Amino acid sequence: MAVIEVEGLWKIFGGDPERARTLAQEGTSKADVKAETGSVIAVNDASFEVREQEIFVVMGLSGSGKSTLLRCINRLIEPTFGTITVHGEDVTAYDDEQLRDIRRTKMSMVFQNFGLFPHRSVLGNVEYGLEVAGMDKDEREDKARRTLDLVGLEGYEESQPSELSGGMQQRVGLARALVNDPEILLMDEAFSALDPLIRDEMQNELLQLQEMWDPAATILFITHDLDEALKMGDRIAIMKDGELAQVGTPTEILTNPADEYVRSFVENVDRTKVLRARTVMRDPRGDERAQLRDDSPSVHSRAPIAEILPTVLESEGPVAVRNGQGELKGVVSRTAIMKEVTRNAGAHPEEDADEAVKMKAS
Amino acid sequence: MDLNIGAAFEALIDWLKTNFEGFFDAAATVIGATTEGLEDILLFLPSWAMILLFTALAWWVASRGVAVFTLVGMGLLDSYQFALFGTKIAIGMGFWEITMETLALILASTLLSLLIGIPLGIWAAKSSTVDAIVRPILDFMQTMPAFVYLIPAVVLFGLGRVPGVIATFIFATPPCVRLTNLGIRQVSEEAVEAAQSFGSTPTQMLFKVELPMALPTILAGINQTVLLALSMVVIAALIGSGGLGDPVVQGIQQLQIATGFEGGLAIVILAIFLDRVTQAIGEKAGASGQAA
Repeated sequence: MAVIEVEGLWKIFGGDPERARTLAQEGTSKADVKAETGSVIAVNDASFEVREQEIFVVMGLSGSGKSTLLRCINRLIEPTFGTITVHGEDVTAYDDEQLRDIRRTKMSMVFQNFGLFPHRSVLGNVEYGLEVAGMDKDEREDKARRTLDLVGLEGYEESQPSELSGGMQQRVGLARALVNDPEILLMDEAFSALDPLIRDEMQNELLQLQEMWDPAATILFITHDLDEALKMGDRIAIMKDGELAQVGTPTEILTNPADEYVRSFVENVDRTKVLRARTVMRDPRGDERAQLRDDSPSVHSRAPIAEILPTVLESEGPVAVRNGQGELKGVVSRTAIMKEVTRNAGAHPEEDADEAVKMKAS
Repeated sequence: MDLNIGAAFEALIDWLKTNFEGFFDAAATVIGATTEGLEDILLFLPSWAMILLFTALAWWVASRGVAVFTLVGMGLLDSYQFALFGTKIAIGMGFWEITMETLALILASTLLSLLIGIPLGIWAAKSSTVDAIVRPILDFMQTMPAFVYLIPAVVLFGLGRVPGVIATFIFATPPCVRLTNLGIRQVSEEAVEAAQSFGSTPTQMLFKVELPMALPTILAGINQTVLLALSMVVIAALIGSGGLGDPVVQGIQQLQIATGFEGGLAIVILAIFLDRVTQAIGEKAGASGQAA
């Protein structure tokens, strides 16, 4: 079920938005539109939906409009045209009061440079959202403390944000966003400012949290990093010059790039490192479920193919794919893996075949 | 056509005087009462007790060095007579009362500056139109020679303390407006966005995020306002506001080097005390907010 539906969304800064849209629809380039109308098109007719409890990644280079797109969802930036519905309600039509309400109860946001309040303690930062919503002090402090435990910051409640490392500051940012149990979490390049090792750690923890939560949040995740997008995303939207070039699962994006732009992005990706067990698994067939005992070999649903390769190759039948709690999510077979690996070796098998045919003909 | 700028301004002041007399009278009453009240409070305790209080304040907010300076400096402002081995000794400048008069004028005008300046600064930070209008007015207020303010102040409020406070207020308010404006504009955009994204009302945003984060800058503005007020209060002695400006004015008019120097020294002592204390308050706020 779609939690967020974005329909024909445009964000045009300055100039004459109506005319800029018309020109853009007629195929005029962004630069020409700017020269003619003085308008800058940041988001160009974006439509997509984000499904319940998935991690939806919007990936694009800087200036592609991805952060603007994200800010349109909670209306930190006002969309110029188009509608955004959350659980069927048109957010673009909300007045200030309704907007505050949805921000306090349903959506929260994590920022690239953390956006922490320097004059408040860690605890004070985390309880901010509850405080402005009018929750009383004891209750909100209690909730804030529990959320800080969840992100591994117990014992730092009274610290000042400036006393913490970047990774820990972003944990505060995450806790601040999680404290009101949001249904939707907007993450704007949340891990981009962190060191690679810390970034990896935070990515894993977010995925773990997402698995643990009940009900899990729906996450809209913005990044400029393809590896991060492939690792985090259940589905990915690739954004270029304000337009969505492609929306699909990591496998779809890698296997069937929609255009040259996307292809050039995914060309050099090592599929065995980015595709995960969960992306190549299938549902258990027939009596497979019964055959897979709890102690039979299994792999983690988030483990990359390169990691699960030995286990799967050594096993006789399909291998169980389990999540962090040990629940069976699916099975992965030797053939499925081999398919992915060979696809990796010959980048575009169809084209190669075409060429072979041509050579024969000549 | 003869366009006489000076005459036009004079006509404006006359017009204000005839049409808003009630307003100016009321303002004069409130300001006069405030100043006198402050003076009464400052002179309520004996001078030695006040000196100890100021010293304690300096120690608490600033440092031991500032406290020692306050004790010695304020001590010099007062006067003491005692006998040592049969010799009568009198030290100190005997300015205690007029120092407190000056301090009361500074406090009254600073209070007025903050009351008007901070909201105006906030407004200018929120609206670029207001900013564009206020900025040149502040430039004007700050660059016009300070003496000039005395003339309309006297026309509208007569002689005495009240026009002194008014002229001081006009002269000393700009930094307060400017730095409040700057402080709020400097609050990081992400912090503002974060506050918005969690559903803050504009009021919550202002009081929970913007003002606290701008506080160190605002306090720097208050420090400047206090010091400008001190310099203007001295000039205001020319229109009978009293205080530490009196010995200075007297020194000039009668060429009394001794009186003039003592008056000047007293002002320096008060200025250093006020500067160090207000600066220390700003640094403290900066340290807790900047612990950022």
